[in-house]
Amino acid sequence: MQLQYFLLAAAALFCIGVYGLVTSRNAVRVLMSIELMLNGVNLNLMAFSNYLDPAVIRGQVFTVFVISIAAAEAAVGLAILLSIYRNRNTVDMEQFNLLKW
Amino acid sequence: MNLAEGVQLVSFIILTVMMLGAALAVVLTPNIVYSAFLLGAVFSAMAGLYLLLNASFVAAAQILVYVGAINVLILFAIMLVNKREDFAPVKYAWTRKIVTAGVCGGLFLLLGTTIITTPWGINNTAAAGDEAIYILGEHFFTDFLLPFELVSVLLLMALIGAIVLARRDIIPDLIDVATGEDLKLPERPRELIPAGSVDADEVT
Repeated sequence: MQLQYFLLAAAALFCIGVYGLVTSRNAVRVLMSIELMLNGVNLNLMAFSNYLDPAVIRGQVFTVFVISIAAAEAAVGLAILLSIYRNRNTVDMEQFNLLKW
Repeated sequence: MNLAEGVQLVSFIILTVMMLGAALAVVLTPNIVYSAFLLGAVFSAMAGLYLLLNASFVAAAQILVYVGAINVLILFAIMLVNKREDFAPVKYAWTRKIVTAGVCGGLFLLLGTTIITTPWGINNTAAAGDEAIYILGEHFFTDFLLPFELVSVLLLMALIGAIVLARRDIIPDLIDVATGEDLKLPERPRELIPAGSVDADEVT
């Protein structure tokens, strides 16, 4: 078991998240892609914590912080999604152009 | 390679294949409900990987917070905004997909070469293991005390903000309590903002 395997898996997960973030039309799926990216970062932090800093485990502390921030982000993001759905009556990302021009 | 390392490697491969396959399915399946459930599979596989990395507390937190809270929240959001609509096709959508796939593949290659070529200074001291939870608590209440308290304030702010954003304006005067006939709550009307290209026409 090597550090590189975990880092490669985390990088792949992050790239999948970026792809979903850009290409998906449904707003809920965009939020899911953001969660995927956050999970990729978490895996990175945990791998570094286990292999480079096994006695002091600062990486695990940061992972716990990231998990709680992700929970707050998901709650606020879904609330914004709900209120925008009530206003525009759609979840299509292409039609959310309130701040565009 | 002894037995323990072999078991670790095999479980790592199984968990990674499950995680990446489910993540791809989350992004690519047309049905949003399936992708929400597959997201739970991704989170569970992540918890397994955390166990492989000697972090049982964070694995438990991952299961509790991600699978138990965030995934259920996303399912509720899908239930609340579940409108079956066929999105209007956009011009050059396939170009966008190909360009994004190219950029993401390039990013992965870049990260991969960096990961493989960098000489990591592997620290060979014994991992904290089950002592990790004591060390974590010590960190939270000594050198990471300020971020820890700030996170609690931030969670409160997010809670209140989510309630304020998602709340509906109910008109309490119009509810007839005595008869109790009408169980629908009268809602203060909000003007619908026309979706799509109407705004652009108005501006120009």
